[in-house]
Amino acid sequence: MQVSRTELLIAAIARLLAGCRHVAVGQSSPIPGSGALLARRLSGDAMRVSVLGSRRNNFFTNGGVELFDLAAQGRIDAFFLGGGQIDGQANINLVGIGSGQQTEVRWPGSFGSAYLYFLVPRVILFREEHTRRVMVPRVDFVSSPGVSAAESYRPGGPYALLTGLGLFHFDKAKQRFRLESVHPGHTVEEILDNTGFEFDRPESVPVTPLPDARMLELIRGEIRVEIAETYPRFAAALAAA
Amino acid sequence: MPETTLCSLEALAAAIPDGALLAIAKDSSGVAMAATRELVRRRVRDLHLLCVPISGIQADILVGAGCVRTLQSSGVSLGEFGAAPRFVAALKDGKLRMIDSTCPAVYAALQAGQKDIPFIPLRGLLGTDLLANRDDWKVIDNPFSPGDPIVVVEAIRPDFALFHASLADRFGNVFVGRERELLIMAHAAHRTLVTVEEITDRNLLEDQTRAGAVIPSPYIERIALAPRGAWPVGLVDHYAQDEAEIARYAAAARTPEGFAGYVEGWLGKHSRAAA
Repeated sequence: MQVSRTELLIAAIARLLAGCRHVAVGQSSPIPGSGALLARRLSGDAMRVSVLGSRRNNFFTNGGVELFDLAAQGRIDAFFLGGGQIDGQANINLVGIGSGQQTEVRWPGSFGSAYLYFLVPRVILFREEHTRRVMVPRVDFVSSPGVSAAESYRPGGPYALLTGLGLFHFDKAKQRFRLESVHPGHTVEEILDNTGFEFDRPESVPVTPLPDARMLELIRGEIRVEIAETYPRFAAALAAA
Repeated sequence: MPETTLCSLEALAAAIPDGALLAIAKDSSGVAMAATRELVRRRVRDLHLLCVPISGIQADILVGAGCVRTLQSSGVSLGEFGAAPRFVAALKDGKLRMIDSTCPAVYAALQAGQKDIPFIPLRGLLGTDLLANRDDWKVIDNPFSPGDPIVVVEAIRPDFALFHASLADRFGNVFVGRERELLIMAHAAHRTLVTVEEITDRNLLEDQTRAGAVIPSPYIERIALAPRGAWPVGLVDHYAQDEAEIARYAAAARTPEGFAGYVEGWLGKHSRAAA
């Protein structure tokens, strides 16, 4: 059976979320949103999922501030962040390239990252583009740091980095990524060639598992319908693939 | 309500002087686009725009039209339609002072503003370049538990809060539903200006199922009726974002000429509709 990259990533995200009580998904995040909804289904609907921008999958009644208050209290177990640049210490840059006000490249901005990255235990960095342009030795601007000084209050932080090529876990003690698996059709060499920072890896790197039959059926059925409420264009593309 | 509260769109926009600190809502909360058109029409200048906590086409148009000197936001983009082109161009040209923020810090500063206390502590932020670039955020030692550095952000009391909502009553109360960040904006701002889809004769505060989601009249300076006043941005339970229009804007605004043409059409369309 043909499995698209999007389906593989949705399944990988769902696996990373196993055991969470409450997962929140930010703006412009159709693949993480689908992954979270899939994880909820696989948990027998024991997991709570809040998708920003959704009406149905969103129980916030205290406005935009509620997500941040919940996170501070430890009521959000997992969240997703991206980055125009991501470096080997899991620092992320959502602001741009260049110094000071005169930016050569300007991205939208840091959104909630400078706060949520500190407070949510399982932050999954998700960026499909895996190139040396994105995976850099050192970010130009720290929207949010991957690691903090010992005295800083930081119950949260990076947990994994999922890209279009592979899956890394973040080792907090070593302050480095460790390559966990390579997606089918790609190689460790390809990841090395396209990563601007050093990372650890086992001698033999496993292949990222494909979604099993049940996952695939859910992704193509219920989850596609559910995510269409928030991301209609994404859901239509998912159906067409 | 006092007679001055209910007014025309033109009068509502005229209340905002050049140089004002203006708080605007994110796309999903209710964006006062019709009022924004009046601001552009009368060539407001030097605004300090505070996006609560992010913005899209509204901020991009105000920046592109030369209305903004300083922009404070946690994010500016057209979402699925990509970068906000005039915002990006203005930064590249050095024409805009940007104050990068993070969503919870915008809310926290406004929450301090609603209490009129000078600052409020907030977790996170330590070691970020956002903190390094802000002189209105400082690190203190937790006075109750020394050895715990924590950031304090200075309170913000906007001169004006401006947003669009579904319903107001003729007594000057405004229903905001679940979009409770609008309450924070209104409580923190010195003056709140609201455009609405509809104005009812029934006092919203007498309906207990709704009263908890109402901004009461003492906070509200002016209300203008503006059906489809968020267009092309959507309004929850009323109309979806006009995707074709946002796409048309995103394409046009890639160049200064394209943007100027778009704005001319946008301003002109209103004149014809009003005629």
